[in-house]
Amino acid sequence: MMRHSTSPHPLHGDEPRTQRRNAGALAEALARSRETTLFVVLLLIVGGTALARPQFLNLQNLRDVLLNVSIVSLLTAGMTIVILMRHIDLSVGSTVGISAYAVGSLYVVFPHMPVLIALGAGLAIGLVAGAINALLVAVGRVPSLVATLSTLYIFRGADYAWVHGGQINATSLPDAFSRLATGVVLGIPVLALIALVLLAALAVYLKQFRPGREYYAIGSNPEAARLAGINVERRVATGFLISGAIAGLAGALWLARFGTVDASTAKGIELQVVAAAVVGSVAITGGVGTILGATLGALVLGVISIALVVLHVSPFWEQAIQGALIVAAIAADTLLARSVAKRMMRKRDHG
Amino acid sequence: MEPQAEVRAEGTPRLELRNASKSFGRVRALIDGSLRLMPGEVHALLGENGAGKSTLVKILAGVYRPDGGEMRIDGHAREFATPAQARDAGIAVIYQEPTLFFDLSIAENIYMGRQPVDRFGRIDYDMMHREVATLLASLGVDLKPERLVRGLSIADQQVIEIAKALSLNANVLIMDEPTAALSLPEVERLFTIARTLRDRGVAILFITHRLEEVFALTQHVTIMRDGAKVFDAPTVTLKTQDIVAKMVGRDLATFYPKADVRPGEVMLRVRGLTRRGVFKDISFDVRAGEIVALAGLVGAGRSEVARAVFGIDPCDAGQIQIAGKPLALGKPAVAVKAGLALVPEDRRQQGLALELSIARNASLTVLGRLVRFGLISAGREVQLAGQWGTRLRLKASDLNAPVGTLSGGNQQKVVLGKWLATGPKVLIIDEPTRGIDVGAKAEVYGALAELVREGMAVLMISSELPEVLGMADRVLVMHEGRITADIARADANEERIMSAALGEANVHLGHAA
Repeated sequence: MMRHSTSPHPLHGDEPRTQRRNAGALAEALARSRETTLFVVLLLIVGGTALARPQFLNLQNLRDVLLNVSIVSLLTAGMTIVILMRHIDLSVGSTVGISAYAVGSLYVVFPHMPVLIALGAGLAIGLVAGAINALLVAVGRVPSLVATLSTLYIFRGADYAWVHGGQINATSLPDAFSRLATGVVLGIPVLALIALVLLAALAVYLKQFRPGREYYAIGSNPEAARLAGINVERRVATGFLISGAIAGLAGALWLARFGTVDASTAKGIELQVVAAAVVGSVAITGGVGTILGATLGALVLGVISIALVVLHVSPFWEQAIQGALIVAAIAADTLLARSVAKRMMRKRDHG
Repeated sequence: MEPQAEVRAEGTPRLELRNASKSFGRVRALIDGSLRLMPGEVHALLGENGAGKSTLVKILAGVYRPDGGEMRIDGHAREFATPAQARDAGIAVIYQEPTLFFDLSIAENIYMGRQPVDRFGRIDYDMMHREVATLLASLGVDLKPERLVRGLSIADQQVIEIAKALSLNANVLIMDEPTAALSLPEVERLFTIARTLRDRGVAILFITHRLEEVFALTQHVTIMRDGAKVFDAPTVTLKTQDIVAKMVGRDLATFYPKADVRPGEVMLRVRGLTRRGVFKDISFDVRAGEIVALAGLVGAGRSEVARAVFGIDPCDAGQIQIAGKPLALGKPAVAVKAGLALVPEDRRQQGLALELSIARNASLTVLGRLVRFGLISAGREVQLAGQWGTRLRLKASDLNAPVGTLSGGNQQKVVLGKWLATGPKVLIIDEPTRGIDVGAKAEVYGALAELVREGMAVLMISSELPEVLGMADRVLVMHEGRITADIARADANEERIMSAALGEANVHLGHAA
């Protein structure tokens, strides 16, 4: 639904197929199958863990996975837009942290603040953070790795300076706000529903709208994008704004989910997010990736971390396994690209 | 030859450029660019590399803003600040290297930024695919609009660029060496498309190095040399010799100062060199005092052979001997010691460290000899660079200045000097004059001629036929990873080389109907 080229085309249905087209179709089928592959991997992990420890498949675990993955998958979607353009946003963890604490502080001052205002405040803080990144990268032409590494430290440092070892507790939060995480509609946590709606909207945005396609164009060939009349700077700025806005909103959701936040909230989550995107076959070199893939990547990592707990594996192994998965994902992509190239080469030799 | 469209269309040119100029720093890339492009004609723009053609094209495309001169479209003065403005004025450019999005579909490539949308702003993929299918069908190609561009042949990529131009209703189509990497049937298909467009009234500017294509396709010829227009005339009034003389503009014998040297011992012997999927069963000899050219189309595997001989790339089979001694494959350091030197194709990426000084670059290959008390002696470095600089007539005010500040021709001399410093027996040089001006070319040729007179064995990879014909004692032609011809200097001509490069017995291009 979010991929292209799936609809059959009656215009070309019965034409004789050329060799060249076969190779193209093959490449396309493999590219599409990466999401299928991820889905199979996900099922294997769930199935395998359930076989070893049948208690794995209980409602509490499923809820935990959904709640944990909801926030990370939102951040991963924002990161995907940025990575599509050959950029990266390392500041999202700090933005989540500062936004979570700020929204919490607002509740301390205004205990009866409506939920929507709280979410809006988080979003606004994220937009400011995103605007700073956008300014640095799109206008100042600072490489995004450096720019967002700086803002990672700047936002986090500002957070520490402001919070001064303080803490926000769940007791300061109204029930209506906490219900974002604890509430359930049709058996599904509200938080997961919010994430689902936003992810679907982003997927449609990337697939169905001109600006969405421009992210792909820029990452695929920046020079050609410029020649096609795309305003590359504006598009890059928008990408960082979206990533920042999502991180700000995620901060508010983080507060609702965990209740207790301090200055080190969500520290280091940016790397989990990049990992999820890469495992979800978003190409770090730009131009390739979908929200569906990125979300599956976040799910795989989330499920593994719970499965390891259930399997009584030392939590220290979790990071090693994450790392191995990233290598596996990239290796799979590279092998795939090579096998396609080889096929074409063989055709040249014998054709 | 059949007569072309005989009378030149009268009236207002679709596009006219007068006395356009453009400089980059101190380099005057274009001094007097002038061109009159009539509707319904295919117009050849000819000139050697460095004559200013690409700069002129980029001005027409809105990529560069000219320093001076005037541009008129349908009689109205125009200036372009961006490529988008040129595009909106109906000018479409197909660059040598297609500018496509490999990760997106053919349809998206054609409609990027202007996709058809419904009233909610959503892209109407069905309509887009239908339009593109019609467009591709009108060009007579069998490609699905939904197919990814990655993996398409260069020829198909160019067709997509043409389809993009058509979808924009371009009435000026500029093709910058579109046939450089095409096989003969693909060239034919491109010509058929170009003729159809011409008959629809599109003005086409066609840049090529293959003169037979000029006669097969074009109605008018404009020739540039050293940044200025030197000549223009209807194609039918011209012969090959006229065009070559105008393009080169100097006595060929002095431009290519190749002296006859009696070849000596075999210095480089290659037997059965094979790398699966890249090249197969490559065998040849290069003797002392001999320049052997390796010709062929881009992608035929010439540079790959050079890299394998030098040991940068692995190979699956074969033997190499340097001056009679077997050489271990796949070890560049051993190859250098045995007396092999490789001057690579892409100076900026492979041959030079642009930020380092001229002296440092020139001595990189022989740093070991410059060491004194474990440290590199800067004095010796400059001394060494000075020696080679004088010999190759390097134009540099300061040997401590970064190499990046030199002109292309002088950069090439630094690369050459750097390798000559190792005292090689065999010099492999890949595209010795790519992207340097005509004056610098003559100097590089002079340096090569002197080296072979002193007994160097030279293997020269070149895509420029005049250079191959002017400098080589023998021409090896590669086609799709194999050597398809070995032609002696006396028998070498453009037709023989091109037909071997295209893997065909004979080249016969169709003529305009």
